[in-house]
Amino acid sequence: MEPIIIEGTPKTPSVKFDATEGTFEIKGRSIPENSVEFYKPLNEWLDNYMQVPLDKTVVNIRLEYFNTSSSKCILDVFKRLEAIHKSKHDVEINWFYEEDDEDMLEAGEDYDSIIKVPFKMIEIVE
Amino acid sequence: MSFDLENLVSDLDIRGAVLYFKGNVDSEIINRALDLVEGKLLATREAPRIRKKVYNVLVESLQNLYHHADLVPRGYHASRPDRYGLVVMDKLGKGYRVTTCNFVSAVHVRELEEKLTRINRSSPEETKELYKEILNHQEITEKGLGGLGLLDIARKTGHRIDFRFRKYDNQNTAFRLTALVATE
Repeated sequence: MEPIIIEGTPKTPSVKFDATEGTFEIKGRSIPENSVEFYKPLNEWLDNYMQVPLDKTVVNIRLEYFNTSSSKCILDVFKRLEAIHKSKHDVEINWFYEEDDEDMLEAGEDYDSIIKVPFKMIEIVE
Repeated sequence: MSFDLENLVSDLDIRGAVLYFKGNVDSEIINRALDLVEGKLLATREAPRIRKKVYNVLVESLQNLYHHADLVPRGYHASRPDRYGLVVMDKLGKGYRVTTCNFVSAVHVRELEEKLTRINRSSPEETKELYKEILNHQEITEKGLGGLGLLDIARKTGHRIDFRFRKYDNQNTAFRLTALVATE
């Protein structure tokens, strides 16, 4: 599978999904008006990856801001990772939040309570 | 004198506001408003925790106008009838206040009022659970998820959302929404 590499913009995150390494990263700001349009190709790519996942997949989410329209699309990403986890493959989700950003920590905890994959909350100390 | 959305914010000092805009809220206007406010918050060395809350509340408030403002009433002066609204962000001693105004079709008023009343009556824990329920179980449309933006504003501010309606004519109502990000 070809990797997905997308440069970040002021409203959309940078994305690096690499199927040969099994490492996925979403980083930056996710506040577009139409989040479905942005995330649709990512979820389609994950649908393919789910067919032949690596033994271990590591996912790093390093978001500074995200809007509520992105929140559902990000949940859809996690639901695909949950399916990989259910199929007896190791999945690790690292949720990064900046020091004192209690809202971003809480958002990670929301996903952790919905998705049956262990989340690791990692505080970024500047 | 004919009605203008500005009539709903006559109690605010819009000239001294951090941000003021009235017109069609398109993607470019949202970009410019967010850049302006972020620049001002950085320039005043606002604490990162507050800066992020303000930015998030402003994103949801502006995108509420973008996705949910109903068409302006026939005869109301606007360059385009869609996505028309007004936004004011002002700094008070106790925090940053984000106020938006737009038109709502009369048929949508009751539903919106019930939604906001329910949010304001909920405890923080109930608001969180409702947010997760909608996030997990509702299908997304091009307008987003029903009411998630308002719930997000309520969670991020921790305050009740102030709102008021003013009848424009039998088909249209003007609507004002105010959220406060406390700095204390």
